[in-house]
Amino acid sequence: MSESLAPIVLIGIFVLAAFLLVLPRIVRSREASRDGGATAAPSRPSTPPPLAEAAPAAATTEVPPELVEEIESIEVVEEAPPDEPPRLRDRIGKTRASFAGLLGVLRRGGKIDAAAWDELEEALLLADVGMTTTQSVVDGVKARAAAAGADADADALPDLLRAEITERLEATATDRSLHHAAEGPTVWLMVGVNGVGKTTTTAKIAKREIADGNKVLLAAADTFRAAAADQLAKWADRLGCALVRGQDGGDPGAVVFDAMDAATARRTDVVIVDTAGRLHTKVNLMRELEKLKRIVERTPGALQEVLLVLDASTGQNGLTQAREFAGAVDITGVVLTKLDGTAKGGVVLAIEDEFQVPVKLVGLGEGADDLVPFDPAEFAAALVE
Amino acid sequence: MFDSLSDRFEGIFTRLRSRGKLTEKDIDEIAREIRLALLEADVNVRVVKALIARIKERANGAEVAKSLSPAQQVIKIVHEELVATLGGDARKLSVNPKPPTVVLLAGLQGSGKTTAAAKLARWLERDGKRPLLVGADLQRPAAVEQLKVLGERVGVPVSSTGSDPVEVARNGIDEAIRLGRNFVIVDTAGRLQIDVELMDELRAIRDAVNPDDSLLVVDAMTGQEAVNVAEAFAETVDLTGIVLTKLDGDARGGAALSVKEVTGRPIMFAGVGEKLEDFEPFYPDRMASRILGMGDVLTLIEKAEQAFDAEQAAVATEKLRQGEFTLQDFLEQMRQMRKMGPLQNLVAMLPGVPKELRNADVDEGELARIEAIICSMTMEERSNPTVINGSRRIRIAQGSGTTTQDVNQLLKQFKQVSQMMKQFSRVNKKGKRKLTGLPPGFDPSALGGPGGLKL
Ligand SMILES: Nc1nc2c(ncn2[C@@H]2O[C@H](COP(=O)(O)OP(=O)(O)OP(=O)(O)O)[C@@H](O)[C@H]2O)c(=O)[nH]1
Ligand SMILES: Nc1nc2c(ncn2[C@@H]2O[C@H](COP(=O)(O)OP(=O)(O)OP(=O)(O)O)[C@@H](O)[C@H]2O)c(=O)[nH]1
Ligand SMILES: [Mg+2]
Ligand SMILES: [Mg+2]
Repeated sequence: MSESLAPIVLIGIFVLAAFLLVLPRIVRSREASRDGGATAAPSRPSTPPPLAEAAPAAATTEVPPELVEEIESIEVVEEAPPDEPPRLRDRIGKTRASFAGLLGVLRRGGKIDAAAWDELEEALLLADVGMTTTQSVVDGVKARAAAAGADADADALPDLLRAEITERLEATATDRSLHHAAEGPTVWLMVGVNGVGKTTTTAKIAKREIADGNKVLLAAADTFRAAAADQLAKWADRLGCALVRGQDGGDPGAVVFDAMDAATARRTDVVIVDTAGRLHTKVNLMRELEKLKRIVERTPGALQEVLLVLDASTGQNGLTQAREFAGAVDITGVVLTKLDGTAKGGVVLAIEDEFQVPVKLVGLGEGADDLVPFDPAEFAAALVE
Repeated sequence: MFDSLSDRFEGIFTRLRSRGKLTEKDIDEIAREIRLALLEADVNVRVVKALIARIKERANGAEVAKSLSPAQQVIKIVHEELVATLGGDARKLSVNPKPPTVVLLAGLQGSGKTTAAAKLARWLERDGKRPLLVGADLQRPAAVEQLKVLGERVGVPVSSTGSDPVEVARNGIDEAIRLGRNFVIVDTAGRLQIDVELMDELRAIRDAVNPDDSLLVVDAMTGQEAVNVAEAFAETVDLTGIVLTKLDGDARGGAALSVKEVTGRPIMFAGVGEKLEDFEPFYPDRMASRILGMGDVLTLIEKAEQAFDAEQAAVATEKLRQGEFTLQDFLEQMRQMRKMGPLQNLVAMLPGVPKELRNADVDEGELARIEAIICSMTMEERSNPTVINGSRRIRIAQGSGTTTQDVNQLLKQFKQVSQMMKQFSRVNKKGKRKLTGLPPGFDPSALGGPGGLKL
């Protein structure tokens, strides 16, 4: 037994030893950077300026002239009044399992009993709310039921739950709009793990801004994934907005750098930066993202939103994603995509609870129009439905 | 949040020990903890119920309470049950005696189908097969371009001709026959399982190419939804297997259990990165440990076997036990350890590491600094740090481009850590305690650094 364990023990010891040795230093340097970071300029003595930031905005950029033309013409053309935006209630997956159906107590009728609370817990867990938040929501509903009188009827349960969820969400934030800079270009940075819908959401937001009469530029800062820039270019083409892209496999920093230049030169209102998908566990990739953010921050006041794109079918890992992206690039909001499926996206309840980051937008399909503002009451209703 | 199961059981079994017998209530309590652990890992609520029922039955029958370590006994039962559920009949891709063999990939949007198609092509190519990739996603912008780029990267031709996905798929088979390719991998557009039109389209593609294998591509980060997805796709195209992607992250991956339980289809491959070589067979035992938060010890051992020199490591371990472990030994072992990959990934594979440590950002640069400091020491200093006086400190700091403060701190920490590791290795030698956690009495805040650890 102890023979076969030997390698584990050994490796464990060394890994831990090395880890413990570096750990206090990390804590120290993190604290230092926080203290300094709040007021000081982005240039930190400990980190040499990344090459790309110093690199001239050069040959890697390609702004197809025809696109620039197009955007000019769009400014003249009167935008047709946009179609009614899709509504969450009409667009969520039609055949999703009914939440209320999970509550047997509604069928049984009568008072809310112990079994009813178990059913409520299970229904919330099935919506990916997670154990901690589920318990806290159930407690909240219990308090509401008590306040409504000790003999609350089962029928009241959905309403109580809806109210509880709505109020929780409303407590995080009242302002869920995307912010624009007072003057100069506004920059929104799209971040998230792989395949959640960053590129598609970039296009959707662009469409909305164009409809609002803003001049939009898309920055294809995903130089890594195969044909990622082509994907965004197709969207730019469809929407008729300008695009800055770099060489495949090139430095995403250079793309952002060029996009910032182009935005100022061409009096762009909104720059949306589409970044490569990255798992939050990849230290180097997270650092790359920090770098992209710093490049934007060289234009004071430009960076207005860092949006974490989150797939509604994500489970409890969504919490870790929010924590890590918030830690690295200070996310200002969440976009919850793919809510047109049957996934309920309940993890955002936990995310708002724990990190106080508001969900700002909801993705409801693969088309450019399939984006709606996040509305706590509607979301609560959709969850409880 | 992700306490490992053994921590959870600790309380229950301490009470138990004084009684020595499992009551019904104990079993319920244990079951509740197992339930929590599985739910936190995103196993579907319904699937958890089924699993718990099976585990309870086994725990009841087994002589759990009488065993020396009831907690370990129960964990073993849980682990075995998960492995049994995840594993079952492992199988390989079918090979059609009349080529080409056709593999169809399907799944939700963004799950990793296109990447998996290219990875599979590379995998088959290396196995001496002659695959052809078919790009039947005409829906997402630049989906075919993506596949073409990937195909070029692995040196596999990509076919995508026709005006609709069904035609493209059919043409792909003809193309394979013309080119003498014996495997066809069909990449399809992402679709929601409730999208009737697209699910019909998928069925039509299936009917057109008559696949030998139809694989569902599932993101390891998926939550409760996994069962609905798996059920619907299984119904539509008679799935024969599953590919689980993005396992290189830190998702516990309970979706694997859910999908396996509801479809009964084997998980055949695991995607473990964005690069095309990040693709491997699926290992049920590793996945079970991962879901239970027990670390990925097997992977760790495998990596270690490649990176470490066994003899040297054995000597170092003995020294550690004797308390003779020097900075030089540490340097040597650390260099080998770094060959195994980023430290953070390694720590994540260790069982029982508290989440504060697991989630801490590890700066690989710090390791390099430590290495630089040790390298600036003489051999004498490395084996007997007490000789390092003030002027030596200054020399070491200058030599390594650090400050004397850094040198001081390293020395101080090394002393503490080696003390701790010595204790740890002794505990293990006696074989009483498996590596299920940090040494008893381990207190991260006791380590150096201002104010201890504040993570
Ligand atoms: N049903 C549905 N699909 C969506 C939604 N948003 C994005 N998608 C689809 O999800 C898939 C991935 O979207 P992308 O925009 O490419 O995702 P990404 O985050 O940019 O992916 P990477 O750059 O590869 O990390 C595509 O097939 C999109 O069409 C949504 O709200 N609903
Ligand atoms: N880290 C990691 N990323 C992966 C893995 N597999 C795929 N990806 C990434 O996930 C994203 C989506 O992968 P795709 O292969 O485009 O997914 P898809 O299912 O074809 O997407 P759609 O066609 O839009 O539905 C890309 O950024 C991939 O690089 C994996 O195993 N690990
Ligand atoms: Mg993208
Ligand atoms: Mg694809």
